[in-house]
Amino acid sequence: MNFETTIGLEVHVELKTNSKMFSPSPVAYGAEPNSNTNVIDFGFPGTLPSVNKGGYRLGVMVALALNANIEQHTHFDRKNYFYPDNPKAFQLTQHEKPLGHDGWLEIEVDGQKKKIGIEELHVEEDAGKNTHIGGSSFVDLNRQGTPLVEIVSKADMHSPEEAYAYLEKLRQIVQFTGASDVKMEEGSMRVDTNISITPVGSDKLGTKVELKNLNSFNHVRTGLAYEEKRQAAILKQGGEIGQETRRFDEKTGETFLMRVKSGADDYRYFPEPDLPSFEIDPAWVKEIQADLPEPAENRRARYINELGIPEYDAGVLTDTKEMSDFFDEAVKYDANPKLISNWLMGEVNGYLNDKKVGLLDTKLTPEHLAKMINLISDGTISSKIAKKVFKETISNGTEPETWVKDKGLVQESDPAVLKPMIIDVLDNNQQSIDDFKNGKDRAVGFLVGQIMKQTHGQANPKVVNKILMEELNSR
Amino acid sequence: MDYLNQSIDSLHEQLVNKEITSEELTKETLQRIHSKEDKLNAFVTINDDATKDAAKVDADGIKGRLSGIPIAVKDNILTKGMLTTASSKILSNFMPIYSATVFEKLNQAGAINLGKTNLDEFAMGSSTETSYYGTSHNAWDHTKVPGGSSGGSATTVATGDAIAALGTDTGGSIRQPSSFNGIFGIKPTYGRVSRWGVVAFSSSLDEVGVMSKRVEDSAEVLQTIAGHDDHDATTSEREVTDWRANLNKDMHGIKIAVPKEFWHEGTDPKVLKTIDEALDTYKKLGATVEEISLPTLKHAVEVYYVIASSEASSNLQRYDGVRYGYRAKDVKNIKQLFVNSRSEGFGDEVKRRIMLGTFALSAGAYDAYFKKAAQVRTIFINELNDVLSKYDLIAGPVTTSTAFGIGEKIDDPLAMYMNDILTIPANLAGLPAASVPAGLADGMPVGLQLMAKQFDEQSIFNAAYALQEENKFYQQIPTALKEED
Repeated sequence: MNFETTIGLEVHVELKTNSKMFSPSPVAYGAEPNSNTNVIDFGFPGTLPSVNKGGYRLGVMVALALNANIEQHTHFDRKNYFYPDNPKAFQLTQHEKPLGHDGWLEIEVDGQKKKIGIEELHVEEDAGKNTHIGGSSFVDLNRQGTPLVEIVSKADMHSPEEAYAYLEKLRQIVQFTGASDVKMEEGSMRVDTNISITPVGSDKLGTKVELKNLNSFNHVRTGLAYEEKRQAAILKQGGEIGQETRRFDEKTGETFLMRVKSGADDYRYFPEPDLPSFEIDPAWVKEIQADLPEPAENRRARYINELGIPEYDAGVLTDTKEMSDFFDEAVKYDANPKLISNWLMGEVNGYLNDKKVGLLDTKLTPEHLAKMINLISDGTISSKIAKKVFKETISNGTEPETWVKDKGLVQESDPAVLKPMIIDVLDNNQQSIDDFKNGKDRAVGFLVGQIMKQTHGQANPKVVNKILMEELNSR
Repeated sequence: MDYLNQSIDSLHEQLVNKEITSEELTKETLQRIHSKEDKLNAFVTINDDATKDAAKVDADGIKGRLSGIPIAVKDNILTKGMLTTASSKILSNFMPIYSATVFEKLNQAGAINLGKTNLDEFAMGSSTETSYYGTSHNAWDHTKVPGGSSGGSATTVATGDAIAALGTDTGGSIRQPSSFNGIFGIKPTYGRVSRWGVVAFSSSLDEVGVMSKRVEDSAEVLQTIAGHDDHDATTSEREVTDWRANLNKDMHGIKIAVPKEFWHEGTDPKVLKTIDEALDTYKKLGATVEEISLPTLKHAVEVYYVIASSEASSNLQRYDGVRYGYRAKDVKNIKQLFVNSRSEGFGDEVKRRIMLGTFALSAGAYDAYFKKAAQVRTIFINELNDVLSKYDLIAGPVTTSTAFGIGEKIDDPLAMYMNDILTIPANLAGLPAASVPAGLADGMPVGLQLMAKQFDEQSIFNAAYALQEENKFYQQIPTALKEED
């Protein structure tokens, strides 16, 4: 028996605001417990929410980047449930009229392109965090009220690979809007998945199983693949799939039963009476659309078509917004785009991986990188020296041109200076000249090495080569 | 010194002229409150430090009209550093770390806080009988209820102790006790006054208002606390005008609509007779009075109790014993902490409404109850607005009877709920509405209700002032007080 898999994903993305969605408390990762709170976050009697318009704007940006329609007349709803990290015992969300609906994004798996639908997106507030130490429980409300946009996909994915590709693409699109950091490891992107399988040809969907505790895209893929096998084995034996929530275990790559769902939870949703319903001005949406940063797709195409960057390289450059922004900025300083791209993909990425830091954590600026590349292009420094300059610039933020001059690293390209040195080297290495005459090309390399040694690596290799060949041929 | 029947205006003049000091005024007020408290139980907390606050105002110099004037505050309005209980066990130890906007505004105006008045638990009730701190007593007859939920505020104003008091009104909680105690009480337009720092009962219906013997005093206090507040997204940006200075008792050309449904067979004929006489006074003063119909009124009580209880069930979920308030002891896990704290901390009436509201919002009942109620509410709002597009005021009784006896209705919630039918419409439609002393029926006060268009508080103040200047009801001393003297 063969089975068909159906997968839907619910992704929570933290919106990058300075303050919370319904209170003026600051939003910051890693602060002292309960320091970023006020009476609203604590759900004190008499407190009322007020909407962070900037947070809503970020939600609209994400929705537009995902080709969704923006709901014009909307309001917030209360989702009621008791939990210690939920101080009002309700969460503000958009249940009835979500911010956006009917969007899509395109994925590519095994060379096949496919559109995945976005059912809806809504803005809501995050809950706090509970910690259990010894026999006691602690509540930290710093995260309480942080703005989130929940992105609900249609059940359009049919393999773990498609789910993986969807998440990669979603992360990239959202990241390029600048509305969120979308970092799984910091919790600014969280994924819940629903998976069901049904025999091929069946017109009925299988029983939905929810997977939780998925802390990376790889976990999503592994967990879903495990579920496909587990559910297929049950069905083959004539068993039934339970409607349940399962936890992914990252050590074993397996899933374990968390709880069986007995009917739907009743959250008693109703419109939040403390916030008036509101009208989204289409002109405002147009303005946001116009202000949207250029998406990765467009940048990639531009790099290939206008800047002559190879396809693969263009893909690497548009992997993150910071890399792409850096590249675009560096290009403005008239350096060769291909050379900038090579440096970013080579030396820069190498440095970042080595030091385990992000591009924005270093002192390298697009201007310095471009200037350094121009110093190479115009022959002022050699590629070898450039590596020294690069190290200095990325570590200390030093201006390359001044540094090169101050340190006397400028390349020697003057034939009048180089020629006597070359003649001197040749005069002292008759054996190499003989080797060359006997067709041993290696001899040239040796001679160049000798010349470089004498000039402390600052001789321009091109000029050296030219003079050396002339001299060799004339002897 | 006797200021029993003095207005804020006259007290202000004496304070400015240093004929009296705020300290003296406050001290005497506190003495009088203490001397009657055994019989009235009007307060949950009496602020004995008020004399010190008054001395400070004296020292700083009397400034605005409320400077140095003692005022009582309903105990569901947060006062930083002073217990705020909403008359519930669950908040019996709750010390606020911030103050309500209305209280801040009174503070800034230099008013003196006399203390926190008793109410029905979480303002749910019409008699103060659901208070964790016991029933308050009617100023006119101590065997009768003062009405509710702002019963403590009404009583202390009616006895002439507090010159004015803040109340809240969700379904009549200012107007009904004002009517029962023979004082003026106004619930302004929804959105006129900030709800920030007011313990929520039903967010779409709650409104803070004022009670006083004289119309002009309520106008003064209300215009002090009214206005937009960034903390409350439902407050209006509309400018607050000087209602007190603009008072105009000329009733010529004023059109008053009288809903025939208010003259219900269930309403005490003696109450109706007093109301008819008040309407005759308006006619005499030049107003026109015409009968109209509000056919949807018959559904008002059902609509109100579904909406108010639904919102309350959600608003009161935060009282879980985790962060503040009463916490049950000897619990084994978090669920027990929630369940026991709430089971022990809430009284019967509050539990009844939480259950009612939880049911009305539940998945199987939402469409038939909450959604339907919201739809009927819209129909009713249109009906009221339609009438008010043709008339300046809607008038009628506030209540179906005068104050009832303590214990008389407490075991019959339906009878208690029906009591609210005449006051509910203004809350459902967010209209300003007031109770104006109209006279006595069998020795107990009767209030005339006036409703106006949204944000037209002035029309209510004007008409109330016109009647006040005719009947001078504020000069009457409550019977029970006369007997005691």
